[in-house]
Amino acid sequence: MDLSLNNIYHQYGDVNILSDINFDIKSGEIVCIIGPSGCGKSTLLRFLGGLERPASGEVLQIGSPPDTCLNPLTYIFQDFALLPWRSVEGNISLALEDHRIPADRVKAIINDVLARTKLTDFRKALPRQLSGGMKQRVAIARALCVNPAVLLMDEPLSALDSQTRELLMDDLVDLWTREQFTACYVTHNLAEAVRLGHKIIVLSRRPGTILEIVEIDTPLADRKKDIVAMEQKQKYLWNLMRNEALAADMELTDD
Amino acid sequence: MTESLSTRGTSAQTTSAEAKPVPFRGGGFRTSPIPWISPLVFIGLIAFWHWGSTSGFIPSLVLPSPGESLQAFINLFQSGLLWLHVKASLQRLVIGWTAGTILGISVGLFIALSSIGRAAIAPLVAAIMPVPKIALLPLFIIWFGIGEGSKVATILFGVFFPTVISTFGAVDNVDRTLIRMGQSFGLSWSSIVRKIIFPGALPAILSGFRISASIAIILLVAAEMIGAQYGIGAYVLLAGSLMATDQLIAGVAILSALGLTVSYLIGRAERYFLGWRT
Repeated sequence: MDLSLNNIYHQYGDVNILSDINFDIKSGEIVCIIGPSGCGKSTLLRFLGGLERPASGEVLQIGSPPDTCLNPLTYIFQDFALLPWRSVEGNISLALEDHRIPADRVKAIINDVLARTKLTDFRKALPRQLSGGMKQRVAIARALCVNPAVLLMDEPLSALDSQTRELLMDDLVDLWTREQFTACYVTHNLAEAVRLGHKIIVLSRRPGTILEIVEIDTPLADRKKDIVAMEQKQKYLWNLMRNEALAADMELTDD
Repeated sequence: MTESLSTRGTSAQTTSAEAKPVPFRGGGFRTSPIPWISPLVFIGLIAFWHWGSTSGFIPSLVLPSPGESLQAFINLFQSGLLWLHVKASLQRLVIGWTAGTILGISVGLFIALSSIGRAAIAPLVAAIMPVPKIALLPLFIIWFGIGEGSKVATILFGVFFPTVISTFGAVDNVDRTLIRMGQSFGLSWSSIVRKIIFPGALPAILSGFRISASIAIILLVAAEMIGAQYGIGAYVLLAGSLMATDQLIAGVAILSALGLTVSYLIGRAERYFLGWRT
């Protein structure tokens, strides 16, 4: 299943947030969206998953998701969005409960995603007992259990410290190498974009427009070895964004 | 840049080489539990009261001695009336509070979740909330009869409004990202309410219980004072009109014990339902 955004414009009140956004997310690729703060990256992601509607333009779903897919467009949130009163297992089963799946099947799915995210030993733990990295793993497990066609990730690593971020980034790369999931990954961290993105969409400051779409051909698994080339890509992205970020930082926010 | 800042901002040169410990300036502003203090204060207060009564420092007309009050309580117990009074009061309290709480939570959820409910009922609640429910007792007597109905209704109404307000506020404060998460997984409306909004609102609803329970006890006594054969309020009123201050103190002690029991039970409920916090 592919996603396509056509002529997206959006405003809150009379403030223009996004203007003339067009791009595609092809099956099996990770598309990163980067841009200065307040440029509408997260809003764009909410349009992609149908949590909000753009003022004009359309988000199209091309082809239908496979039948095994319970929730085609699945989010992973920056602040994890785990229910603090449910255990790891309970948080994952939340996503399955409305689908009338037999109990033993639910159990099998949960065991499978826990194993894939290396959480099997933590199934009974409550979120408050887990570190930030573990919490995000649970959120990833919850997202994987519904077998999503496209993962929509809203700065999933931003609330974590840099060591944990590094570890989770490796996990995501491993996961993609194994199962080639499709994702849209919003971040303000250029290193993450360069490590995970097949396609990097650079937005300008408000009103967000696409400055450039940068494609990186190096396979994800090889990028860690190719530090120099990645460093150059990152520098290139930073040069694109630098002035925008500077100007965005100087802006007063009224709302 | 950091270097120039730091050399200008702090005096880097020390004048002498003498070593002394850095003065401790933390601490304070943090209380720690001392379990033996509160019984000690309690015993001390009663001992002072006893001493005052026996030495004549506190005339028995002003306040009966603790011994007399205890005796009044024992008499009440031996006459078998204690159980009748407590049973009558507990029954009213439990029925009135439970019904008021269930209605209050339902209406509170309705107001919080529906725009029409919010627009239509929230101002109404705000208008009736400050009315002392005891002032409506004569009306309740006409509507629900002089018997149990009017007393239960007084408690019910008294509990209902604060519960509506606390539920309404609690739901409004549930983390929006959790609700959005529920929507993003395609959960149904009722699943989101049952599995995300209600548990998320529960801490604030439970702390609202403390307020509503104490309002219920106050209204219980007030309603019983107006027309009841049995009940702690009736007992206290009778004692007051006979100037039997020892019985009055005994009645007040029963009320205080009732209040402590209720707050203990709510504490237990909080620990049971909110074990996931901290």
